[in-house]
Amino acid sequence: MSVTLTIDGTEVTVPEGTLLVDAAKRRGTDVPVFCYHPKMKPVGMCRVCLVEIGRPARDRATGESLLDESGNPLIQFGPNLETACTITVGQGWQVRVSSEKAIQGRKEIVEYLLTSHPLDCPICDKGGECPLQDLTMGHGSGESRFLFDDKIRLAKHYPLGELIFLDRERCIQCARCTRFQDEIVGDPVIGFYERGRRLEIVTYSDPGFDSYFSGNTTDICPVGALTTADFRFGARPWELNSAASICPHCPVGCNLTLSTRREASNAGRDVVKRVMPRQNEQVNEIWICDKGRFVHHYARSPERLTSPRVRKNGKLVKASWNEALTRAAEGLKGAASSAVGIASGRLMNEDLFNLKELMAALGGRAILVDSMAGGNLIQRYGVGVGSNLGSLGKRDAVLVIAADLHEEAPIWWLRLKQAAERGTTLIVANARATRLDDYAKHRVRYDPGEAVQAALGVLLLNGGDPELARFEGDRALKSAASAIKRARNVTIFFGQEGLNYAGTEALARACALITESKGRLGKSNNGLVAVWPRANTQGAWDMGLRPEPAGLHRALAGAKAAYIVAADPVGDDPAAAAPFEKLSTLIVQDLFLTATAELADVVLPAQAFVERAGTFTSGERRVQRLYPAVGALAGSLPDWKIVANLAHRLEVDLEDKAAPLVFERIAAAVPDYLGLSYDDLAAVEPQWPEVGGADLYFGGTAYANKQGLGVQLAPRGAGRPLKWKAPPRASAGKDLLLTPVTVLYDRGSALRHSSLLEGRIAPLQLILHPDEIERLGLSEAGEVEISWDGRSERLKFAASTDVPPGSALVPRGAGLALSDPTPVTVRRSNS
Amino acid sequence: MTEHIVLRHRDIERIDRLEVYLENGGFRAFESIVRKKSPEQVIDIVKKSGLRGRGGAGFPTGVKWSFLTPDVHPRYVVANADESEPGTFKDREIMERNPFQFLEGVAICAYAAQAEVAYIYCRAEFWDLTLELDRKIEQLKEAGLLGKKLFGSDFSLEMYTHLGAGAYICGEETALLESLEGKLGQPRLRPPFPAAEGLYGKPTVVNNVETLTNLPLIIDRGVDWYRKIGTEKSTGTKVFSVSGNIELPGNYELPLGTTFRELIFEHAGGIPNGHAIKAILPAGASAPILPASDEVLDTKMDYESVPEVGSSLGSASIIVIDETVNIAWVESKITDFFEHESCGKCTPCRDGTYWMKHIFERIMDDTAQAHEIDLLHTVGIGIQGKCLCALGDFAALAVTTAVERFRPDFDLHVQGKSSKAA
Repeated sequence: MSVTLTIDGTEVTVPEGTLLVDAAKRRGTDVPVFCYHPKMKPVGMCRVCLVEIGRPARDRATGESLLDESGNPLIQFGPNLETACTITVGQGWQVRVSSEKAIQGRKEIVEYLLTSHPLDCPICDKGGECPLQDLTMGHGSGESRFLFDDKIRLAKHYPLGELIFLDRERCIQCARCTRFQDEIVGDPVIGFYERGRRLEIVTYSDPGFDSYFSGNTTDICPVGALTTADFRFGARPWELNSAASICPHCPVGCNLTLSTRREASNAGRDVVKRVMPRQNEQVNEIWICDKGRFVHHYARSPERLTSPRVRKNGKLVKASWNEALTRAAEGLKGAASSAVGIASGRLMNEDLFNLKELMAALGGRAILVDSMAGGNLIQRYGVGVGSNLGSLGKRDAVLVIAADLHEEAPIWWLRLKQAAERGTTLIVANARATRLDDYAKHRVRYDPGEAVQAALGVLLLNGGDPELARFEGDRALKSAASAIKRARNVTIFFGQEGLNYAGTEALARACALITESKGRLGKSNNGLVAVWPRANTQGAWDMGLRPEPAGLHRALAGAKAAYIVAADPVGDDPAAAAPFEKLSTLIVQDLFLTATAELADVVLPAQAFVERAGTFTSGERRVQRLYPAVGALAGSLPDWKIVANLAHRLEVDLEDKAAPLVFERIAAAVPDYLGLSYDDLAAVEPQWPEVGGADLYFGGTAYANKQGLGVQLAPRGAGRPLKWKAPPRASAGKDLLLTPVTVLYDRGSALRHSSLLEGRIAPLQLILHPDEIERLGLSEAGEVEISWDGRSERLKFAASTDVPPGSALVPRGAGLALSDPTPVTVRRSNS
Repeated sequence: MTEHIVLRHRDIERIDRLEVYLENGGFRAFESIVRKKSPEQVIDIVKKSGLRGRGGAGFPTGVKWSFLTPDVHPRYVVANADESEPGTFKDREIMERNPFQFLEGVAICAYAAQAEVAYIYCRAEFWDLTLELDRKIEQLKEAGLLGKKLFGSDFSLEMYTHLGAGAYICGEETALLESLEGKLGQPRLRPPFPAAEGLYGKPTVVNNVETLTNLPLIIDRGVDWYRKIGTEKSTGTKVFSVSGNIELPGNYELPLGTTFRELIFEHAGGIPNGHAIKAILPAGASAPILPASDEVLDTKMDYESVPEVGSSLGSASIIVIDETVNIAWVESKITDFFEHESCGKCTPCRDGTYWMKHIFERIMDDTAQAHEIDLLHTVGIGIQGKCLCALGDFAALAVTTAVERFRPDFDLHVQGKSSKAA
């Protein structure tokens, strides 16, 4: 049903239920707003969106429309102005946005707001992109009738946490931030305190403003009240240039804009001043998580490598590119087919393609260090083109299994939460409670390590092989399975929590079979999404890299040379150093002198994502472009180019001139990427809500997407039939099964080199169930000793009732060299 | 008036004791409707009685009940006992002295609304009163007048008291519901109205204490009896709280339509010390101030007549002001009150009252410029018609009308004029 009305004399037709403010926007009329935001429910607090509304008059008795003298419907205007943000449009209405009365009303509201606003625009970070500033220019009086001395004086540098600062004088109490935290994120850790003009934003959490999404509040704050710790007083918005990028931290692939400025501190060269969301309604809408926003500072770390190094007389010393590459080439040539390339999904497709080509030419292997299976199945069973979590509705279902999306892919978590609130059936299956459980319709709990069994149980109940009968589960599993059966579209997110490589392989296969059983393969919002540990792990699979199921030590057995790019296996596990020490040549290419690099014969300095052009392929298999935002750190080169330069010395022809040219080769050689070009990836189309235009007050300061929405790859289809495989069952015997769980703020090199989030990095500690703590006779503050495979470690411990029986948890990447679930013996530490 | 309807304790000694209340026909009405009448029939009776909300808005009570979304349960009834309007002190007397009639009214309302839980939201200052109500509710449970399956029917009812935290705005029904839910007391956007989405998003009736206390006698004695009292459109009695420059301040229960003159001069003993009456605030701080002209004094106090002379009846807290008082001073106090009590949710009320308060500071210091009186008026007019809830308009109405109707009192305070008025 649609409704036709006139706004300032022009007719507009919009769907029934559209808010007047949005109807005006679609017609191109800006109704000023402060509290209204198109992503949130209206509250009608700021009162600036005042308009005159005329409604067709009706006879009270008969309900029939009254007509004027000329036979047209009689339109009655009420005595008061009304708020366009709270009212849904009606048929035949006449709305006056630009009438004298409406403008006068808005002028009064702006004047009231300014009475308590400090008007410190010249030193305000929002100045230049400030809705209040803009609306003051449009509606404000040139002179204040309010006496300056009567202005309220409040705290101007109030830290809500170490990331977000509040200027209480600038706050206009629109509640966008508190509503965002409550309504969109489900982290109501900030709120209003007191009343009247004393109303103030306070935080109730410890640490302050404890939310993975806090930075978004600074984008939607319509004044300079909320600013980020790293951008405040750092630059003026009009001095900034912007470059499009893609977040390199997780497989969501959030679209970013990097705001840059030339600075004396960097010898007059560009510096990234802030990371902002870039609108992509199919990926991240207008949000990003705090890791994506705040971690980029590692790119400016003084510890970055600025020149190649080679080992001379047992010591790594600086060397020229020529010397280093020649030395590396010699090592690889000598090893030939016994050379191994090892890389991670941190790299871009261009880098991975060149590396794979080089290793293929040498006859060696290219190993993916991210130890999770399923990339090949994603190529066949991935989500269909047009899949968009934002479009999921009541008839759709999503299964999330063996993943903690809040920690691993926060924006997926956010969008699934919202989908669930729109009525999508959300099924969360895990050995323990995760934060997505709060929004799940069905919560399936399985024994630690038995994710595959749960998935097979779902499959059985959806008409799978009768042989699966022994995987039939409890009631929760049954109701989850029938929800999947009933749903029109089913998307499955699978992760690696509690599983080793073989476990993830079996899980991926089981999930693929569930997808197949629905018979809607290739349709949008149907298919598999892998919750990869890295941003471009899927791209690595697509470029032809594969993990070594038996582990890196197996891959290195018999190898003479290893070329390690964007990976630090020794840093991850110091005990794994031995095979690297035995190599005749170890080449490490990275941003920092990692633990692995310290063992290397040749170290090659690579560039950070902010300096790079390239592409990532997201978990939803959307290929997206990154553009260089700042000049490269002197002495470093992009990975693909280093690989190509190295290849030339081995007489292997690889593209070394420009990233788009590497991509051309990808588009000619990699099946799913055939015919793709950088131009395709740069295509854009209009999105709703509009952001980033002259009307910053509408959507906030997120950037409009002018540089590309990316291209989602179509899955190839099932092909030859998959057979399910009896999965291994984990057993810890008398020991506890120690399961590494992914945390957003881990001790990875990006976080370690960005001081801002230091206080939020998950501490290394064993997480035990209180019953287990009692059983082990542990005191409250002590330490425990854990031992496995002849190794032992002493750790602090903490209690949580979410730990499944027979298990213990430890944050992944927090310092304990353990990547697979492992039975460990835990005993009280004698200290 | 010979007999009280709401302040019946003035006629019947110790009616605050359950046995006395029962002896005098207490809970007869409630029992009879639960046994014999459908909720629709009760709503119909209340509609026909013409009973209107006594909290201030004067909305027909039965009509309000009939807006409940059909077939959505659970439903709630909330008694608004957040009596906070300056000069209003009627609900307190009702709940202290005639508590069982009030509680029976709550029960009747709950039956009509088919709510099985009723909350009594009391202002924080009613601490001891609330404890006493808790004891009365216990007595009713012991007497089988509250609880499960009452009088052998399928209707069950529980009642709970809840204390506010000291905010005027929580007398506004949607802010009250927010507060009752444990949130910051700020009004909600309307629609949806509480009858559709009230407490915890469920259909809810919110009625004032005095409104509810009328119900037992309306049911017991019938619509015809009730409609004989008061005027055609404003039926029944009203408890007028009289304060200010008055010989006998206090509550007076009189038929709606009684004139200001009769209330002030016949019942409340007139103005002390031989002074002349100057002005009337007919609805506490929340309505236009009236000059005490003969026309005004002869105006009937009902929901139709008071607006005709430029104000409203509101909760009928009649504050009487004599000739010795400067109206600008009165209005500065009112502005202080509203600036303090504005919840801050919407801009015009939050920042407008703050602005007005600062202009008043200069007026009361005699340092205001002449144009600031006009500015005060402009700021007040600017607030009106733009706020999220009615409080915003209330906050400015008394001030803007005072500037219009008592301008000389303000001009006295302009810098350079003669010093302070009395």
